[in-house]
Amino acid sequence: MSLQFLLDGVLSGSMIGLGAIGVTLTYSILRFSNFAHGDFMAWGAYAALAVVGALGGSTALKPLSFGLPLLVALVVAMGLTALLALALDWALFARLRARGQSIIVVMASFGASMALRSLLEFIFTSRPTYFSRAIQMAQPVGLGIKITADQVALLITTMVLVTAMALFLARSQRGREMRAYSQNPALAQVVGIDVSKVVRTTWIIGAALACAAGVMVGVLVQIRPLMGLSLLLPMFAAAILGGIGSVTGAVLGGLIIGLSEAAAVQFIGGEWRAAVSFVILMAVLLVRPMGLFGVAER
Amino acid sequence: MIVDLMGYGAFFLSTALIFALITLGLNLQWGLTGLFNVGISGFVAIGAYASAILTTPETVDRIGGFGWPIGLGWIAAAVITAGAAAFTGYATLRLKADYLAITTFGVAVVVQLVALNAQGLTGGPFGVAFIPRPFAGVQAEPVLFNFANLAVIAGVTLAVYLGLERLSRSPWGRVLRALREDERAAIALGKSARSYRIQAFAVGGGVMGLAGAVQAHFIGFIAPDNYLPTLTFQVWAMLMVGGSGSNRGAVLGAIVVWAIWVGAGAFSAAVVPGDWQARAASLQIVAIGVMLCLILLWRPQGFFAPRRR
Repeated sequence: MSLQFLLDGVLSGSMIGLGAIGVTLTYSILRFSNFAHGDFMAWGAYAALAVVGALGGSTALKPLSFGLPLLVALVVAMGLTALLALALDWALFARLRARGQSIIVVMASFGASMALRSLLEFIFTSRPTYFSRAIQMAQPVGLGIKITADQVALLITTMVLVTAMALFLARSQRGREMRAYSQNPALAQVVGIDVSKVVRTTWIIGAALACAAGVMVGVLVQIRPLMGLSLLLPMFAAAILGGIGSVTGAVLGGLIIGLSEAAAVQFIGGEWRAAVSFVILMAVLLVRPMGLFGVAER
Repeated sequence: MIVDLMGYGAFFLSTALIFALITLGLNLQWGLTGLFNVGISGFVAIGAYASAILTTPETVDRIGGFGWPIGLGWIAAAVITAGAAAFTGYATLRLKADYLAITTFGVAVVVQLVALNAQGLTGGPFGVAFIPRPFAGVQAEPVLFNFANLAVIAGVTLAVYLGLERLSRSPWGRVLRALREDERAAIALGKSARSYRIQAFAVGGGVMGLAGAVQAHFIGFIAPDNYLPTLTFQVWAMLMVGGSGSNRGAVLGAIVVWAIWVGAGAFSAAVVPGDWQARAASLQIVAIGVMLCLILLWRPQGFFAPRRR
């Protein structure tokens, strides 16, 4: 038996985890589950693709399949996706949030998700595309596991992003404000925390990380308009498994989901992969709804 | 010519009324009780497959051959779907509302997966064919056949409509409204919020399952592609256009949105060149999504609900 599935699980798990950070922050700070979060991923990936196209071809940084243009495109696309999220919040979510019914905001995110996804299909058609069609050689690293240079680069990028996020939330002033607001919005406002800045930061972080995850899926697998939708359930399951509001939990939840999916593909069959998140989600909701690192609901 | 047109009218209305049935189920869940269901396509599919499996003749590579009469299949579809909805509610309704939304979304994903992959149960990607159709005896006369089917579907819709109207005025319905308007007060009066919500979610799910079964027998063939997220989305648009909370609005919203949908499809088929058809279809969904958001922003009460309060 090959242990390769463990690496596959960690890779897809880290992308799910990156996406789940945004889900968990949106839920704990803006207090709604954002069904459009997966579409930020897809939009981010397509934005990066467009920027790469605009920058023109250049040689890849061997042994990676991509070069400097993709790194530039990643940064630009993260900014663009953040802008998209802010625009959506301004046009839609903020107005509905002000009315105080959080479930209406969920519904609006559902409508927005459908519109965003179909807009991608309209512009780019549903045919999958790729950042690069080059074939990479995988190097054996022991235990029967082989890894490509791209995969190493993506794992390092994920670790850097997650560490930066954790440090930002733990140490920076804005990060402390975000945590304070998520724990007690009323008290946070009393002590003079600027809510609009907290909200803005939440969208920017969530969308930028979703974009990064989308680009990674694009590098490793492919880019297609439905890519975000198919990762939505795993991301929700990861955020709930980790405990809503916990960034560490979201990443760990993502890894657990990713590994379980890979194990299901290995031992049960690839066609049942998408059911794994649902099974884990139901188990968490029935046994420990606050998740691994969450706090019990009042 | 005129005969064709009448036949098409009956067909259109039958399809629209099936959507109206689904929307009625959603109205009980959302309009009356405030439960957010994003897995409508999943519940409709459960009902459709349940009735199809129970009524179709025996086939080689799929479970079946029960040969139940159609009516019994429909009842079973409603009961099985209500059970699935009750379990979904049981698992999530003690938690925050969002968890129900996420779980129903998961239900749709898993039902789609089972429909595609559990070939021994659902026939896999090829679906289930030869589902008995009511009045199959007069199939040779399309107009009569269409109108007979329309009559059956209209009858079911009317019965469900009247039943739901009655339910919403009954003491049970009053508790649901009380829970939606002021949960604490209702709980203080000794009503179990969770139990009432599970009941409402189950009954609404049962109506959706019934609608799925009626549709399966109307078309005579089902496949996993019938139950994509677009269906969920269309039904939500129907309820929001009609006005959530009103059964009349649900039925009218379903007919109007379906007319717009079919009209837009026919228009783009006639105007848009062949290689742009798929793109035009995407744009249709974008338009509905934007419309849903605009209604939420500007006219949350919908267009056809009778004014109350």
